Amino acid sequence: MAEKRVYEVVFIVDPDTSEEDSTRLTENLQSVVTDQGGVIIKTENMGRRQLAYRIGRKTDGLFMLFEIEGTGTEIAELERRMRVSDQVMRYLTVRVDEDRRRADKLKARRAYKASKKPSAGTGAGANAAVGAEEEGA
Amino acid sequence: MEQFADVRIAFEKRRERTMSRNYSNDDRRFDMDDDGPPQMGRGYGGRQGGRGRFRRRKVCRFCADKVDLIDFKDVKLLQNFIPERGKVLPRRISGVCATHQRMLAEAIKRARNIALLPYAAD
Repeated sequence: MAEKRVYEVVFIVDPDTSEEDSTRLTENLQSVVTDQGGVIIKTENMGRRQLAYRIGRKTDGLFMLFEIEGTGTEIAELERRMRVSDQVMRYLTVRVDEDRRRADKLKARRAYKASKKPSAGTGAGANAAVGAEEEGA
Repeated sequence: MEQFADVRIAFEKRRERTMSRNYSNDDRRFDMDDDGPPQMGRGYGGRQGGRGRFRRRKVCRFCADKVDLIDFKDVKLLQNFIPERGKVLPRRISGVCATHQRMLAEAIKRARNIALLPYAAD
């Protein structure tokens, strides 16, 4: 459990809450995470958005995004708080570190292949050019 | 034998037609399949006689763009793969490769969960 994991938490805040209340709410949630030993890498206000379907009579909501590094206990506490809160209409937590690592690996492999290929690629290209010339003559 | 072949062809043509009817509303969104790299172009069909319709080989647009991660928050991108009804667009229409279709489906499901995309449109 010691290893660090990275999570993305998106949650929707009731659009009727005042600016003041919503900032207080996000600050509260952030402190919940830091108290449990998590680190907040990023917070983003995705703004007011139309919901794709109604959630309890509401047709839009304020979308917030946290990116959190931690062990999982702070996520459990954060989710519990959000479940209890009336202002949070919906939340979704996604663990992203594994997928990102996989993506980096793929990228690295592609870079490696690209670094190997160019010589062969130009060689083939040159041959093709020669072939074309011959055909033309 | 000859007869059999005819029946098969007729069947396949009909299938093609029904498929294109179901998704005709969304065809315009997939124009990008048609302007992939030119040298990769035409697989088969549509030369002289034979098949009536011209068909090009579809290339996975995520592979072409070298996408490793499909973000569930990227609604604009995901919307391309959601026809009117709200279902996930099948691979045979969009030409997305299996790996990316899996990522795409996952992303769409996540987006649905937080109301970025509809589960079903009306």
